[in-house]
Amino acid sequence: MDFTEEQLLRYSRHILLPEVGGKGQSKINAARVLMIGAGGLGSPVGYYLAAAGVGKIGIVDDDKVELSNLQRQIAHSMDTLGSYKADSAKATFEALNPDVNVTPIKKRINRDNIFDIMKDYDIVVDGSDNFPTRYLINDACVIEGKPLSSGAILRFEGQVTTIVPGKGHCYRCLFEDPPPPGLVPSCQEAGVVGALPGIIGGFQAMEVLKLILGKGEPLINRLLIYDALKTQFRTVKVRRNPQCPVCGENPSITELPDYTQDVCSI
Amino acid sequence: MKIRLNGKLIEAPDDITVSNLLTSLGIAEERVAVEVNLNIIKKKFYETHVLHEADEVEVVNFVGGGSV
Repeated sequence: MDFTEEQLLRYSRHILLPEVGGKGQSKINAARVLMIGAGGLGSPVGYYLAAAGVGKIGIVDDDKVELSNLQRQIAHSMDTLGSYKADSAKATFEALNPDVNVTPIKKRINRDNIFDIMKDYDIVVDGSDNFPTRYLINDACVIEGKPLSSGAILRFEGQVTTIVPGKGHCYRCLFEDPPPPGLVPSCQEAGVVGALPGIIGGFQAMEVLKLILGKGEPLINRLLIYDALKTQFRTVKVRRNPQCPVCGENPSITELPDYTQDVCSI
Repeated sequence: MKIRLNGKLIEAPDDITVSNLLTSLGIAEERVAVEVNLNIIKKKFYETHVLHEADEVEVVNFVGGGSV
């Protein structure tokens, strides 16, 4: 694409990088990223992707902004209390960068609508807050062959990984089935420290940019675990499981199953 | 015997099972995934899977929240 003078200035620090340059910046501007969740993780992911100039961002979230969100969900503000998070985030990101087109999708994602929602996007970001949605997104991405950045946070622990179907592991290779309902608490039940999603979401945004640029080594076959209290990182190597029910050699999940379980979200 | 747990060398009783290791660490089985030498151990084998000297064990918590 031909950059305007304003764009050359806006993206100058990217264009200076040999790994990005004008070509890479054009790729970023042409990229289409779907974010599921506009909360703790979605806020920083969307902020940095919008700042970087990702041309089309879809945000799926049917939730509204509450005061208890503002301790960590930095895309929202006192001015948007009570409005849809997807709308609030759209206003924030588009105010940061008018090159970015944000589509708010005020729906709860499920097995009946996920393929239709995903079809307009090249990369998916999971910033969801419950296990059924996490497995739904993983399975749908594997079936459709869409790269996925998966992040999760609870209390002082964060996890992030990158799933590129056909190139490495998927979420089910590591966690084959969801934990029994109610056993693993949600952030609402157990708390989460406010800066943690900024760190994990920052990793997710970085991974998405690398996928767009085709540069570096994404977190494929690796799960990065961050312990905020100890300020320690641990990288767990993960292998694609040939017996994985969704990405293995003889998958038993070829259509999206019913993910209904006790959804402890929102 | 020595095993590597989450990247750190620790002393563990000989022939300890995955299940007993988790119990000794005070970890509920349902809240984690366990990998031994890069292979994920299915939960139904936790009680029978015996660990050996120099095994590399990773215990990974289920973390589901994005805090929407």
